[in-house]
Amino acid sequence: MMEWIRGEWPWYVAGPLIGLFVPALLIAGNKLFGISSNLRHLCAALVPGRVAFFRYDWKRTGLWNLFFLAGVLVGGLIASHLGAAHDVAISAQSKESLVRLGIHDFSGLVPRELFRWQMLLTLRGFVSIIVGGFLVGLGTAYAGGCTSGHAISGLANFELPSLIAVLGFFAGGLAATYLILPFLLRGI
Amino acid sequence: MRDTVQSVHQDAEIGRHANEPLFLLFYLSLGVAFGIVLTRSEVVSWFRIQEMFHFQSFRMYGIIGSAIATAAISVALIKKLQLRSVSGEIIAIPRKDLGSGIRYVVGGTIFGLGWALTGACPGPLFALIGSGVPVMIVAVLSALAGTWVYGWLRPRLPH
Repeated sequence: MMEWIRGEWPWYVAGPLIGLFVPALLIAGNKLFGISSNLRHLCAALVPGRVAFFRYDWKRTGLWNLFFLAGVLVGGLIASHLGAAHDVAISAQSKESLVRLGIHDFSGLVPRELFRWQMLLTLRGFVSIIVGGFLVGLGTAYAGGCTSGHAISGLANFELPSLIAVLGFFAGGLAATYLILPFLLRGI
Repeated sequence: MRDTVQSVHQDAEIGRHANEPLFLLFYLSLGVAFGIVLTRSEVVSWFRIQEMFHFQSFRMYGIIGSAIATAAISVALIKKLQLRSVSGEIIAIPRKDLGSGIRYVVGGTIFGLGWALTGACPGPLFALIGSGVPVMIVAVLSALAGTWVYGWLRPRLPH
């Protein structure tokens, strides 16, 4: 059992487990699974300013989700202590194409040569971390959901807006992968 | 729990019990479980996201696809059985308003760009901070800035 927990979880275990968070939240408190609303709740709690979008009772509508979010952070911490660090077993083909892009360190969940404090002062780090993060916040707020709210909760409820949003996620993701990252990463 | 269920049944105000300590503790532990699943399944990995956008492995598609299928079957069952939540409400999922659709096309695409650049969507950003990539705090702060800018621009944006 512990061996299994420590190793890499197969997709057919991980996927259904992720899907079960939708009924778990609905059955517990009629709550809709979606992470990105927390970004709005945090803005409303910390810096609402005079912006109408952030003027609401975030404790009443969002406190449960902020607790869920705090849990996700703790979960990441626990998971990182569950097993020995190992390379993410991406396909040989992926590894090869990333090496060609200039990635050499495959020892963590993310390329350490890119996601370090010092890299914030480089164009690659700035675009990956600061610009990327900004677009995640702007895009999910505009679209009204992210991978959890639209791709999982929304598609599971057969919602057309979510299907459009998910097609947008992939259009944007492919554009960044093929048109931006190759130029950004070259020569790390 | 039974007492809670009964007392809530007499209570008409929706969502009132969501902030009771017991419920909050439950949401927190559910979040912990979610963080563990995201991390151990490597959904939080920049490498996995790159592999997905390069169509070099079925893994991420398998995970997302089977997550949607599991959620869809559960939602259909909940609707068919007209279940009540433990908090006492009739479970109802509000439908999203399509509007002109522009927000989903443009917002979705903007998020997609950010997803591939950071290699993480919002849940994984937080899981990564926990699992030892502290610089993702900066990505989260940027995401908050992005959300704030949307709130500020919202009256002028097409929806």
